[in-house]
Order: sequence, then structure tokens, then C-alpha cells
Amino acid sequence: MSEVKVYSRPKSWMPDVSSHYCPGCGHGIAHRLVCEVIDELGIQNDAIGLAPVGCAAMIYDYIDTDFCEAPHGRAPAVATGIKAVRPDKIVYTYQGDGDLASIGMGEIVHAANRGMNLTVIFINNAIYGMTGGQMAPTTLIGQRASTCPLGRDVKVNGYPIRVSEMLAALPAPGYIARVTVAQPKYITKAKQAVRQAFQNQVDGKGFSLVEILSSCPTNWGMRPVEAFDWLVNTMIPYYPLGTFKDFD
Amino acid sequence: MGRVLMKGTEAIAEAAIQAGCKYFYGYPITPQNEIPEYMSAHLPEVGGVYVQAESEVASINMVMGGGSTGYRVMTSSSSPGISLMSEGISYIAGCEIPAVIVNVMRAGPGLGGILPAQADYLQSTKGAGNGDYNLIVLAPSTLQECVDLTQLAFDLAQKYRNPVMVAADGFMGQMMEAVEIKPSPTRNQPADESWALGFMGERGGKRSHLHSLYLSPEPLEEHNRKLQRKYAEIKKNEQRCETYMIDDARLVVAAYGTTARISRSAVNNLRAEGLKVGMIRPITIWPYPFETFKRLPSTVEHILVSEMNAGQMIDDVKIATSCKYPISFYGRMGGFAPSVREIEDECRRILGQ
Ligand SMILES: Cc1ncc(C[n+]2csc(CCOP(=O)(O)OP(=O)(O)O)c2C)c(N)n1
Ligand code: SF4
Ligand SMILES: [Mg+2]
Repeated sequence: MSEVKVYSRPKSWMPDVSSHYCPGCGHGIAHRLVCEVIDELGIQNDAIGLAPVGCAAMIYDYIDTDFCEAPHGRAPAVATGIKAVRPDKIVYTYQGDGDLASIGMGEIVHAANRGMNLTVIFINNAIYGMTGGQMAPTTLIGQRASTCPLGRDVKVNGYPIRVSEMLAALPAPGYIARVTVAQPKYITKAKQAVRQAFQNQVDGKGFSLVEILSSCPTNWGMRPVEAFDWLVNTMIPYYPLGTFKDFD
Repeated sequence: MGRVLMKGTEAIAEAAIQAGCKYFYGYPITPQNEIPEYMSAHLPEVGGVYVQAESEVASINMVMGGGSTGYRVMTSSSSPGISLMSEGISYIAGCEIPAVIVNVMRAGPGLGGILPAQADYLQSTKGAGNGDYNLIVLAPSTLQECVDLTQLAFDLAQKYRNPVMVAADGFMGQMMEAVEIKPSPTRNQPADESWALGFMGERGGKRSHLHSLYLSPEPLEEHNRKLQRKYAEIKKNEQRCETYMIDDARLVVAAYGTTARISRSAVNNLRAEGLKVGMIRPITIWPYPFETFKRLPSTVEHILVSEMNAGQMIDDVKIATSCKYPISFYGRMGGFAPSVREIEDECRRILGQ
């Protein structure tokens, strides 16, 4: 009987390394998608990643491309600095929702508004994961977090920010899509979007961002399966999946 | 290019271009606006790029990115903008990325005013950002020195993979003087492919990874030890200082930047009266020129520190002289500089004349 290989790690995944993410965390799946796309486009030697501050701060331990860390929220500015010097390289940021939509809101809006030829992978898990589950700008109405123990109250905390819709209102950014890694059927679509976001940069088209709705079972206080169900049933209705903007 | 009359900020900008700096990230703040304006007009002529950042927080992070490619990059700002850059400067130092930052200092604290000052001495030399790091800080006293030190800054940044600041007080930025700006011999120095981002293919598939994050204490302490060894090396090699008429001096004025120019005139006038006064002028305010202070002649009885701040350099002078001499201070704040006359009077008072 001949052996059929049903699973192997992407080439750009660091050899012999397993991730530190909690069971049921979406970061690992998102990393894998980035690796697969890097492999398929053959851009490993040309890709330069910017690591965020958040649970994915150690992303460079898993993805084998050039990397620089960025201060909390500033990855789009660091990426802009690199791309100005090396427009021939594929520069990508990978950022959480606290990183991108709170402390780094200024940097992402202006990078998008310049239409800089960059790829942004934005992991929205509706919480500050790394610091232990505090309320994020994306935390849902009524969702409990360690700094809103009674649930997010819009009168006090305002509404969760729909980053993709907000950035899609700008004329410059070319591609903005929201996907999720909650279930295999969504993951296939998520991969297509990530691939599109990198392909756009290879083609010199301009700013591309993929928002990936992701899970944080640990800080949501759920088991992994419950967390993915909650993502599908509660997060997607507020954060609809889809492509908000595409190059004509 | 022979000697031309130029404004300080524009001389700094042209010097940077002649040093091979092709990438500039800026944000408006007085009194340094001519630097980003000059860069936006002239960088495209040399195939470079000017990026207008959305804030100084962004501009310093753009510098971090640009510097990580190994090419010559720069930003400039003035005091409140440098405060915002502190986090980024700490990261740049921690990640060992070469970068040049110009601070055309204005009066503080807070929004303060747009007039000249040297009130960021402590901020720049002691580090406003977090952690154990140092940046090399150069304090020009003439516009020619603004040119020369800006060009030197790029060499030092690349040599040590460290941020370098040109701390020019507002007078340096806004006055005009004749300068000669020559192309720097190192202007075409290629990026160092051994560590810079963007050369993974050239390295045969070996990636580069710039970071200051070490979650375990052992590697983080080792990283700090490595930085400290580098800083010790810089302290050994890069102290720069000028002495003026100190050989038989009883009183030495310690001053840098614009106050050193003024002090030089005061020393000349006092010498004409037969008073034994000299000057010591730190050119690097980090590393501080301890060695020159150690070699002050035995005739010295007293040191007068003069600055455009409340006396921020006094502690360094005390340390550099092991508190051997009495130290007086004469400074002005708020945008004023001490006048030649004021420094002369202070010297006469100290010498009992
Ligand atoms: C300037 C600064 N402020 C705060 C922090 C602390 N901090 C570390 S991670 C983090 C939250 C990250 O949350 P998010 O971006 O949503 O990423 P996640 O962990 O959820 O993937 C914060 C606030 C920091 N490192 N730096
Ligand atoms: S805390 Fe949340 S985001 Fe962080 S690794 Fe665990 S599950 Fe993932
Ligand atoms: Mg998060």
C-alpha cells in the first residue's frame, strides 16, 4: 500500500516548532494561512513581517521570513518605513485588535489612507488576549471582560468598532475583507482573502487588509468548541463577513 | 560646492542628503520645519523618498522600519515631538537599528515656546525611553559643525547599529552662516546584508530577525550585557570635546552649542583684560567627554557651567571632575540665551574682579 501524505507543515513554518497558543486559539490557524500563501506565491525570501505586541508577539518564532518587532500598535508605521526604502519587498503586518484598533488606530488609518502597498493581517478576537482578557475596542455589546465585568455597556464604553467598514470608507485602500477561522468552511475563504491580500502587493496594487475573526477561548472563559460556536453565533452577526472593498 | 550662506535647518538637511540619506520621515513642528520641507523638495531629485508621517510617534517608527533595511534614514523634530518619539527610540536602541534623529531644541516644559533652548539635555543624554539604553548625542556649536556632525551621525549610527541624535539648539536651526557641504565619503556605503532586513535571498535563505523582546530573563540579561559592552566601546572611542585657552586658566566655562559660542566671545574679552579664563566644550554630550575633564590643567580653580536651561549639565560636570572644583551656574530659560556680557560679569564675580 502506498503512503499518501495528508498533512505537512508549510515550508515557511519554522522547522520543528510548535506554537505556544492556547488550545482552540485562532492565531495558529491564521499563521498557517499566512505560511501557506507565502509558500504558494514563492515569496519567502522577499517577505518582511512586522510582529505586533499581543499574543502573536512571537510570530517570528513560527513564520520563517525576515522580521522586525514593532512597538504596540505601530506596525503599519514601521512597515511604511521599510516599504519606502524597499518597494521591491513584500511587507506585511500581523496585528491584534487591541494593537490595531486601539493604541494603533492612528497608524492603521494613515497607512490605509496613503494607500501604501502593504498587507495587513488583522486578528479580531474581541479582547486583549495577552494581558488577560481586558475590554478591547472590538469587545461586543454585553460581552464580559476583566475590565467590564458586567459586560460592555455602550453608555460607558461606546460601541465595538467595525474596523473594516471604517477603513473601507477611505478612498485609498484597495482591498478590505472580513473572514473567520471559526470552521473549516470559513477557513477556505479566509485563505483566499489572505492570498488576495498578498497577491495585491506582489502586483503592486496597494493597501490590502484582511480582518480575521478569531477565537480566544481562554479569555472568553469557554471551551474551544464553545468558543468557535460563540464566534459564529455572536460575533459574525455584529461583524458581517465579506469583501468591503476591492480593486476594480 | 564652495562655501554658501545657509540657514541651519537647511544646512542640516543638505548635509544629510550629501551623507547618502535618501529616506526621511517627518512631522511639522517649529523651529525645524525647513528640514522636512527641504527633504520633500530635494529627496526626489536623488531618487529618495519623503514620507509625511501622521505624528512623531509614527515618524520615529517609520525611521525604525527604514533603518532596519540598513540604508541611511533620518527624522527631525523639536522638543515636544522628541518626547513622543521616546518609546520608538528605546525600541530602535533595543533592536540595534541605525537611525539619525535631529532635535532642534525649543523651550519647555510642555508646549513651552518655539524659541531656542537646550532644555532637552537630560532627556537626550539620560534617555527618556524605558530600559537601559543610550543614544549618541552630538551638540553642534556652529553651522559648519551642524553639517559635519550630521554627516558623522550617519557613520556612527551604522558603525554601532545605534540611534544617534544631533541635538541642535534652536539658534543653530534658525541662524544663517557660511557652510561648506561636501559629499560624505561614506555616502554610498551599502546596507550590511549580514543583519539588515530584505536580504534573505542574499543570505541563502537565512532570515534576519530584529527584536528587543526576550521573554526569559537569561537571554534578556545577555542582550543587555551585549548592549552595555557596545556602550562601553562607544564611551572609549567617541568622546569629542574642544578646549579653548585652558592652559593657564583659573576659571573654565563649560558650555556646548550656542552657549559655547557666546562663552567663547566672553573668554576672548576677559583674556583681553588679562583674566585667566578658558572654555571646555563637549561636542558629544553622550558619551560625555570625561577624559578631557580629567586632564584639565592644575591651574584650574573653578568651573562655570552655562546653558540655556536650569543647569541640566551640572551633574555631568561634577562627575567628570569628581567634584574637585567649586561649580557655579549661569543659565537663561524660556527662549533666552545668556549674553556675552552676562557671562563675563559672572566670570569676573567668580574671580573677585
Ligand atoms: C505601550 C504598551 N502599552 C501596553 C502594553 C501591554 N500589552 C501587551 S499585549 C496587549 C494587548 C494585545 O491585545 P491584542 O492586540 O488584541 O492582541 P491579542 O493578544 O488579543 O492577540 C497590551 C495592552 C504594551 N506592551 N505596550
Ligand atoms: S490568550 Fe487568547 S489569543 Fe492568546 S493564545 Fe490564548 S486563546 Fe489565543
Ligand atoms: Mg485581541
